[in-house]
Amino acid sequence: MNETRAANTMRVTFSARSENEAFARITVAAFITHLDPTLDELNDLKTVVSEAVTNAIIHGYDNDPSRFVTIEASIEDETLHLIVSDEGNGIEDLELARSPLYTSKPELERSGMGFTIMENFMDRFEVTSEPGRGTRIEMSKRIESKKALFN
Amino acid sequence: MSLQVELEHQRNVLIVRLRGELDHHTADVVRIRMEEAILKSTVEHVILSMKDLIFMDSSGLGVILGRYKQLKAKGGVMAVCDVNKSVYRLLELSGLFKILAVHDNERAALTSLEVVS
Repeated sequence: MNETRAANTMRVTFSARSENEAFARITVAAFITHLDPTLDELNDLKTVVSEAVTNAIIHGYDNDPSRFVTIEASIEDETLHLIVSDEGNGIEDLELARSPLYTSKPELERSGMGFTIMENFMDRFEVTSEPGRGTRIEMSKRIESKKALFN
Repeated sequence: MSLQVELEHQRNVLIVRLRGELDHHTADVVRIRMEEAILKSTVEHVILSMKDLIFMDSSGLGVILGRYKQLKAKGGVMAVCDVNKSVYRLLELSGLFKILAVHDNERAALTSLEVVS
């Protein structure tokens, strides 16, 4: 087929409000529809988007609805690349934040599993953060389309 | 709202049916409704029925863990049933199956709790 196809991209920026978590999940799911993902793949991606956006809202912005979260997605061949970023508080100790069950906000009944879930559900996961400047999560995953399963 | 919580009391067991999507946005409703119900003296054990739960993320894990602690302080146990594949993976990944019994359906969960009490 045509190997030199440019990547298909999208970018969406929205208020850091918890009701937009569902919007974010559905948006990314809709964007990859044409890759014909399995239900499990769709569910995994929705979970990952939810984790990243929830982190940005709760930890990045302390639930300040006047701030914004950005999702950038691109599809290259059968791989989805995702970037979820905020310009909020940033993370002081990334290693600590990434350890399973750790949460900086135990009073909010957070499970501390967000990063662990993202790492487990995606093929590639990278987080960069600067205190006071924000956090950027970059992830990618190859989508094995249903069609491929039949071949 | 994208999540409905249905509560049913069967003797000393509280059955909580979750319908819809459980995330950070909807977690508060689940926490408040369950917290209040578990405070009642008649409630000893809880069954979380997840047949119609179409989405859950780590915010859901947090709420479940919180209610588990509340229930454990009363000496009760918590069970989950009708867990779909993706929710199952989350519970597994987080190690929650070490503290929650998992059953195929509400009937099986109720039967196991009758043995406990």
